[in-house]
Amino acid sequence: MNKYVIAGLGVIALTFQLLNDRFLSPENLTNLLMQMSATGTISLGIIMVLLLGEIDLSAGSVSGLAAVIMAVLSVKQHVPVAAAILIAMGAAIAIGAVHGLMFTAIGMPSFVVTLAGLIGWQGLLLYLLRRGGTINLPFQGFVAKLSDTWLPPWLSGTVLAVAVAAWIGIVLVIRRRRAASRLPVDELWRALALPAVIAVVSAAAIVYLSADRGVPFLVVIFAGLVLILDLVLRHTVFGRQIFAVGGNAEAARRAGINITRVRVTAFMLCSGLASIGGLLAASRLTAVNQGSGGSDILLMAIAAAVIGGTSLFGGHGSTWAALLGILVIQSITNGMQLLSVDSSVRFMVTAAVLAAAVAVDSLARRGSNAF
Amino acid sequence: MLVAQDISKRYGAVQALHEVRLDLPAGQVTALVGDNGAGKSTLVKVIAGVIQADNGSIAIDGKPVRIARPHDAQAQGIATVYQDLALCENLNVIANLFLGAELSTLKMLRHMEMERTARDLLGSLDVRIPDIRVPVAMLSGGQRQSVAIARALLGEPRVVILDEPTAALGVEQTAQVLSLIRRLRERGLAVLLISHNMVDVRAVSDRITVLRLGRNAGDFITSEVDEAALIKAITGMAADE
Repeated sequence: MNKYVIAGLGVIALTFQLLNDRFLSPENLTNLLMQMSATGTISLGIIMVLLLGEIDLSAGSVSGLAAVIMAVLSVKQHVPVAAAILIAMGAAIAIGAVHGLMFTAIGMPSFVVTLAGLIGWQGLLLYLLRRGGTINLPFQGFVAKLSDTWLPPWLSGTVLAVAVAAWIGIVLVIRRRRAASRLPVDELWRALALPAVIAVVSAAAIVYLSADRGVPFLVVIFAGLVLILDLVLRHTVFGRQIFAVGGNAEAARRAGINITRVRVTAFMLCSGLASIGGLLAASRLTAVNQGSGGSDILLMAIAAAVIGGTSLFGGHGSTWAALLGILVIQSITNGMQLLSVDSSVRFMVTAAVLAAAVAVDSLARRGSNAF
Repeated sequence: MLVAQDISKRYGAVQALHEVRLDLPAGQVTALVGDNGAGKSTLVKVIAGVIQADNGSIAIDGKPVRIARPHDAQAQGIATVYQDLALCENLNVIANLFLGAELSTLKMLRHMEMERTARDLLGSLDVRIPDIRVPVAMLSGGQRQSVAIARALLGEPRVVILDEPTAALGVEQTAQVLSLIRRLRERGLAVLLISHNMVDVRAVSDRITVLRLGRNAGDFITSEVDEAALIKAITGMAADE
């Protein structure tokens, strides 16, 4: 369904550009990419549990809680910032394990477990913040620097060149080895089309963003996570088990897959990624406060996953859904803000896009089942 | 090959199996038939290790074996294909064949090796699937049944149990699955076929074991038994009564 999302993204970009010619400016695109990275990372985690056919409503609260734990430790308790980050992420992963065990061992629905998490972890966040309500992060600190770091063109260009060269090399090696094993081989142009398109689009983006401040490091973190998790899902035993459990848990169990372990791990991944998203959000704000991880962050993260093409019933989706979905949502948010439209309208437009995306998906699915 | 003797199983007041005997010779298709409630499913579950019998023994090649769990049955080379197939419809044919037994190095999937093995296996069974890299959801019922049977063979079993493999299939797909069953026999496997369909049983089996009300009600050579004798064994009455 990716082609519909990309087409929709094009329509959205064109519309806002016509309404306000600053929308596609390098400066605004840079802002847009930075705005989306935190929620996009949370969305990535949500995809891990959506692939199982489950849901995690606590990801927003957990992201805020992790950021608050990090801030309390590093600012108030003077713990080294690296240790504070690791403890915050560890706490989030432990929370994910608790959610996963309540779901698997006790048999509670994941909706209820994580609904309790949504409320409870936000409560803990407020408790930890109770004096003051806001903790400012040092402007020169590591966390704040994350969102004030930009890759110069030579660096991003080199990274891209190495990555694309490695990708094409792997494609060619795989083609040769498939031919040697007498397996069907795609035509060469078909095999190289995707790397070529991605290379051209990325190179154009680097050149364009360099007219402003360069490629934001936040986006590199988010895109890197998308890429790594995509490889994990498609090329590791664990990734295969995620899809198997999401497709038919009973079949997976009978095939000897430890479905409890797969499920608990997915919830741990979700909470762990939520904590990274929370840290990125805190970095952009250079502060944590009572609203950290709250408001519409969770709902936008879920909506992004669904708009990007992840099924709520499990077994279908990819990490690229988080990237495409959050691009759609953040484009709408950003474009509406440029036009000074009230957030009431923004919510309604986002809702319409979400509904339209799911409608297109449902119709396409009905069409493919018709034969 | 496999001999089960004196198998008894009681569920509360119901004697599901009473001193049942079942022979599964290598290179032959044995059909297990009987009316509903005759004990076919219970007997299969005992052999597959899903449930434990109260009494009785199972021997493979003359050696007694203990089957307490499904894992024990698999370790003894007994593969069971259940009626619901247990396939993941979102995964492709290769992924389903290797479900839970993925080939990997350092937890990284060995895609090419799995695809090569899958193609060789399906080819040797003469199973025709246009593209094995599409999700199983896109396949016909007969193709799915063939994938489920092929998966059972990846563990190199000696005994294959097929639970109603043609129940939900049309004429042509039934023919595909029956010819696949014949190829299992040619491979020298002991095949147990549970079926309600007497036409299929007659078409593909070498021997027929009849159960009635949890007891043995006759063993027949398929080519020698006539319809009336078979129906009498299944129902307990002569066909014209």
